[in-house]
Amino acid sequence: MQAPKRLPFWRDERILSWSVQLLFLVLVITLIAFLARNLLLNLRQQGLGLGFGFLRTTAGFDIGEHFFPYDRSHTFLEAFIVGLLNTAMVGFLGVILATLLGVLFGVARLASNFIVRQIARWYIEFLRNIPLLVLLIFWYTGVFLKLPRVKEAITLPGSILLSNRGIAIPWGIPTGTFSQYRLIFWGGLFLGLVVTLLLNLHGRRTGRPPLALLWGSLTFISIAILGWFLLSTPPLTLDVPGVQGLRIAGGRPLSPEFMALLSGLAIYTSAFIADVVRAGIQSVSKGQVEAAKSLGLKGSQILRMVVFPQALRVIIPPLTSQYLNLIKNSSLAVAIGYPEMFHVSGTILNQSGRAVEMIALVMAVYLAISLLTSAVMNWYNRKVRLVER
Amino acid sequence: MARVHSSPSAVLPPPTERYSVFGWLYKNLFSTWYNSILTIISLSLVFFAVRGMLSWLINEAQWEVIQVNFRLLMVGQYPVDLIWRVWLCLHLLAAVIGLSWGVWVRGRWIQLFLLVSIPLSLSFLPGIDQSARWHLLSLSVIVLGGYFLGRVGGRPLGRLVVNLWVLYFILVILVIRGFTLSEGWFRIVPSNLWGGLLLTFLLTVTGIVFSFPLGILLALGRRSRLPAVRGICITYIEVIRGVPLVTILFMAQVMLPFFLSTGTPPDRVLRAIAGITLFSAAYLAENVRGGLQAVPQGQYEAAYAVGLSGFKTMIYIILPQALRTVIPVLVGQFISLFKDTTLVSIVGLLDLLGISRSILAQPQYIAQQREVLLFITAIYWVFSYLMAYVSQRLEISLGVGER
Repeated sequence: MQAPKRLPFWRDERILSWSVQLLFLVLVITLIAFLARNLLLNLRQQGLGLGFGFLRTTAGFDIGEHFFPYDRSHTFLEAFIVGLLNTAMVGFLGVILATLLGVLFGVARLASNFIVRQIARWYIEFLRNIPLLVLLIFWYTGVFLKLPRVKEAITLPGSILLSNRGIAIPWGIPTGTFSQYRLIFWGGLFLGLVVTLLLNLHGRRTGRPPLALLWGSLTFISIAILGWFLLSTPPLTLDVPGVQGLRIAGGRPLSPEFMALLSGLAIYTSAFIADVVRAGIQSVSKGQVEAAKSLGLKGSQILRMVVFPQALRVIIPPLTSQYLNLIKNSSLAVAIGYPEMFHVSGTILNQSGRAVEMIALVMAVYLAISLLTSAVMNWYNRKVRLVER
Repeated sequence: MARVHSSPSAVLPPPTERYSVFGWLYKNLFSTWYNSILTIISLSLVFFAVRGMLSWLINEAQWEVIQVNFRLLMVGQYPVDLIWRVWLCLHLLAAVIGLSWGVWVRGRWIQLFLLVSIPLSLSFLPGIDQSARWHLLSLSVIVLGGYFLGRVGGRPLGRLVVNLWVLYFILVILVIRGFTLSEGWFRIVPSNLWGGLLLTFLLTVTGIVFSFPLGILLALGRRSRLPAVRGICITYIEVIRGVPLVTILFMAQVMLPFFLSTGTPPDRVLRAIAGITLFSAAYLAENVRGGLQAVPQGQYEAAYAVGLSGFKTMIYIILPQALRTVIPVLVGQFISLFKDTTLVSIVGLLDLLGISRSILAQPQYIAQQREVLLFITAIYWVFSYLMAYVSQRLEISLGVGER
């Protein structure tokens, strides 16, 4: 046999792959360098620099809704954080509401009752096929701004006031003992967590897991309730909103922008979540339900103990992407004027003229939120995944 | 051959509830006490909702705002003397739709009747001009003609029709835009005059057409064995999918002029198209990747055994199979892109939503948000629903998941 001839270098796969990658990298880097050079040139022509130093200068504009003290004398950075917190608030509440509504309609879609099934079906079909932005604008200008004026405000049971200035709900006002109660509250939460953790460890050691979460939350709740009544005066007093001349006094006012954004996002996303839930439930094989029935479980028990745990594995990955969509879609608030991160950044951009930095910052924060959310959901997904033996 | 007999006693009586109205009502609505309560509550809910809506539609809503601004809503400020180009595109569309229906859907007479009757009934509406009436009439004739042609041609025409769709999308861009200078016979209509539903459609179509090659390349890059190529493609896809479309549109509007070398920046519509293309390419790449993963490994090995090079394997063996399985998904992406184009109104373009908002900003229409927004909601809904229906039919007739 002949000695193996050495391959010519242009047929050698290792060399080929290295050179292709090198070429590709050079191309990409050249493109980026070209764009960056143009950017710097253009910026210099307009007398602008790059850098985030401007974030420490005074903002000079007000933001309607903020969770910590903010006014126009604060810095751009603080304004940005106000927006970020507003986004987080809408995202957090929106995800919870959308999940509740979505599960409700997803289950209703498979109900045995014909009319309930049809209502759920058309709810989903309608919402899935319209643009969110149109829904939000309609919701804001066509519903929330068309509510009666403050003088003729509608009062719902539970003294909730509806008017075109927004919605006011009863809210607790802290009294003198509030700071003591706060200590008790957090202490109870801590104790509850410790109990949960210990029971979990115990369960892992003995192989017979007790209801750790139940006992933990019971500990927390009982301490919280005991603390409330043991204090000399209740830590919170209920403040009921009422009409006072041309404005609403008392309670907690929620702006129409906030309400429109939150409810619009939750309703829109719930239709997609409902479809995800329906598909998940249908993916559980029929034999499981029949087996559960033959064991004598009731309808609600079957759903809770047999169908849902198995459907969850199918539901979670697409559910994650719906949550991400909801958070990303909250940026549409810019069209109805709720000051979330994107809206505030737009204002900062206009005030400071720093387009490049602001857009990069916003994109980076959204990216971080997305990666964080998918990391959390992936962790949860691993937990509920079928353990294959 | 032995015949299977069953003794008469084994033949069960038919389940009666299936055949009587009361049986059906009992089984579906009143089987248990809580089911009955649910039925009554939801029936009354439906009743009040429908009554409220109908009374608003008939008594309160004022639809003049739609009638007066109809042209604006449909085509924006597209030159009136060139409206025939829009009609031309619609006629071509009718022909392609008719052909596809004949080739793939067949039968389904009720849906076909509805499809034909849309332009037909529109043509009898009061208050539209004579030429539009004739155009609408001919639209329904063309759909029918296309249908019979497709019916006669049958399945062998399938590939031709797919190519026609691809060709159609490219042709539409050319026809609407024009290609000669301002004095020529087919003069260019600058894109800042495009508006309304026309702009919405053009943004969707250009978004899909331009992002298609980029998306395929990204999908291939993501599955590449070369770490550098794969890393860059994954980074691009994940970054784009992690940020909202608004930020990308904003970047395209504000920062694109900075990134390009000095000179006149491209106009606003082109910038929006660039943003939409970059955005939708990442999503398209993920969809195509799904198709690529569905091609069995044996196909690669068979192509390798036949002696095809890597490039030829991709072009002749893998991509045709992968793309075929993702056609329904691509229609789904087309729908979501169609809905997402509303976001360009945030950066100041006059698409269907943008132009509605600028109409609503006029003092005489300021109180008519509900009418205008409901009208455009209906337009978005009808088109998205139709496309979703088509995508379902395609899935069945392409036999995705059967092979």
